Amino acid sequence: MADEPKEPKPPQVPTGEKPASSTPAVSTPPAKPADASASAAPPKPAAPVPPKPPVVLQTPLDNELVKRFRATLGAALFEAIEDRKQAILTVERARLVEIARYLRDEEKFDMLSDLTAVDWPKREKRFDVVLDLYSFAKNERLRLKVHAADAEEVPSVVSVWPAANWQEREVFDMFGIVFFGHPELKRILLPDEWQGYPLRKDYDILQQDTAWVRENLGIESGQ
Amino acid sequence: MGPQHPSTHGVLRVKLKLDGERVISSECIIGYLHRGVEKIAENRTYQQFAPYVDRMDYVAAVSSGLGYCEAVEKLLVVEAPPRARVIRTILTELQRIASHLLWLGTHALDIGALTPLFYCFREREEILKIFEKYCGARLTTHAFRIGGLQYEAYDTFEKDVERFCKDFESRIVEYEDLLTQNRIWIGRTKGVGILTAADAIAFGVTGPVLRASGVKWDIRKAAPYAAYDQYKFEIPVGTTGDTYDRYLVRMEEMRQSRLICLQAIENIPAGPIMAKVGKVLKPPPGEVYHAIEAPKGEIGYYVVSDGTVMPYRVHIRPPSFINLQAFDRMVRGHLVADVVAIIGTIDIVLGEVDR
Repeated sequence: MADEPKEPKPPQVPTGEKPASSTPAVSTPPAKPADASASAAPPKPAAPVPPKPPVVLQTPLDNELVKRFRATLGAALFEAIEDRKQAILTVERARLVEIARYLRDEEKFDMLSDLTAVDWPKREKRFDVVLDLYSFAKNERLRLKVHAADAEEVPSVVSVWPAANWQEREVFDMFGIVFFGHPELKRILLPDEWQGYPLRKDYDILQQDTAWVRENLGIESGQ
Repeated sequence: MGPQHPSTHGVLRVKLKLDGERVISSECIIGYLHRGVEKIAENRTYQQFAPYVDRMDYVAAVSSGLGYCEAVEKLLVVEAPPRARVIRTILTELQRIASHLLWLGTHALDIGALTPLFYCFREREEILKIFEKYCGARLTTHAFRIGGLQYEAYDTFEKDVERFCKDFESRIVEYEDLLTQNRIWIGRTKGVGILTAADAIAFGVTGPVLRASGVKWDIRKAAPYAAYDQYKFEIPVGTTGDTYDRYLVRMEEMRQSRLICLQAIENIPAGPIMAKVGKVLKPPPGEVYHAIEAPKGEIGYYVVSDGTVMPYRVHIRPPSFINLQAFDRMVRGHLVADVVAIIGTIDIVLGEVDR
């Protein structure tokens, strides 16, 4: 049912920076949310229907948690924003385990509910590894992000949250991101001998490991 | 064991290291049903992808669909109208009962009790009939749309739900008569596959398995979605975290779901069933993680938008996949015969584990 409307997607893959230049009406650069609405208003003050100020979805975050985080781990915090009421912290990759332990023990984020990755191939560090944490004590969620370039390893948080074990394996399986210190990093959903990492943006939807398919399934193509 | 084994509920393969009849360690081998759902998502529009989520947990498609629709709504910053939210709640709770019934029937069958399966399928059929009357499908329903509902509730919807709920009260008693005090059932489930609360949290286990370990946590209460903030219900918890506790928790959850349905049909607000969303959905750039309480645990959707008609990335946090991780912890030291009981008690659907 869904084969027809193939949009010309590949050319407009964004670079990871917010594509503010292409759609100024909708997108809101997280850097300057306050003056974005202010600068939009003055030009035509007499207009009977002033243009709607753009909805600010991403705002800088500076709550108690972020203040405490800054005080303890200062330089490891690159960016703290709020997107649709969700706290997102971008932190230093090399210190991820230390940060994870701090958040688990001091801030009571005792459950890792989700761990995944996003590929932004045009960015210098193409991968975001994304961790969603939950605190039972505070009933709060927190998202952690680290950036990683193609061959860069990300520290494994299995020692902090055992739940990360299979999820890191899945990210390795789908993106080829290596987690340093993982007890048993191998493919989980795809066959062990499979070549390629399907959730990378440069892996086409029809692409497959033809040699594997031919050898193991005895057919020309799995499509 | 597996991948083709009647008790693995699909195609799960388990490598067991044994000392005689005792399990020393285990390894789950999964991926046989992997279809690349997340890759498909990146090549479909937001609406086109919605039916795909039904094919992950195919015995609780309504719940998966609700999670996806609400995640995209959050991304679009729209809310479904009150009428749609109440109907969604009713259908999702019916789905919870249906999913638990299927679990109970097959779990009991695995352990050797044949009768509950027939009883459970009898009631599950009634629920599937309601789904069929509502949207034409029984399993992969695609019942909801982004922004609300496609279909109005049919004329006798409330009456059908009410009749089911009225009958169902005595039906649960029937299942309990067969099992709860049954000496064989107790012998096969009590003290089997114990998971402590600390372990459950460390492994990210959610849903009835977490609650049976004594953690009183349910997303319907912790972060209410749909219309759950309007209804009264209890969160059942267990004490020891064994297979028997998980059985009791799910039985009580069915009772509570029944009560939610009864409260909800009393007063379904009038009004539109669809929020104002365009035919073409282009959510503003950004990202959202939205989790709901599916029958098997927390199902979460992490959706990233780049402002185009297709999601830049959709990641699904499937409860079955994460809960299955704790299997090794639960199975060590038990007999081979208990492995079957423990696979059953986690309540996995391989379509969701492998995606």
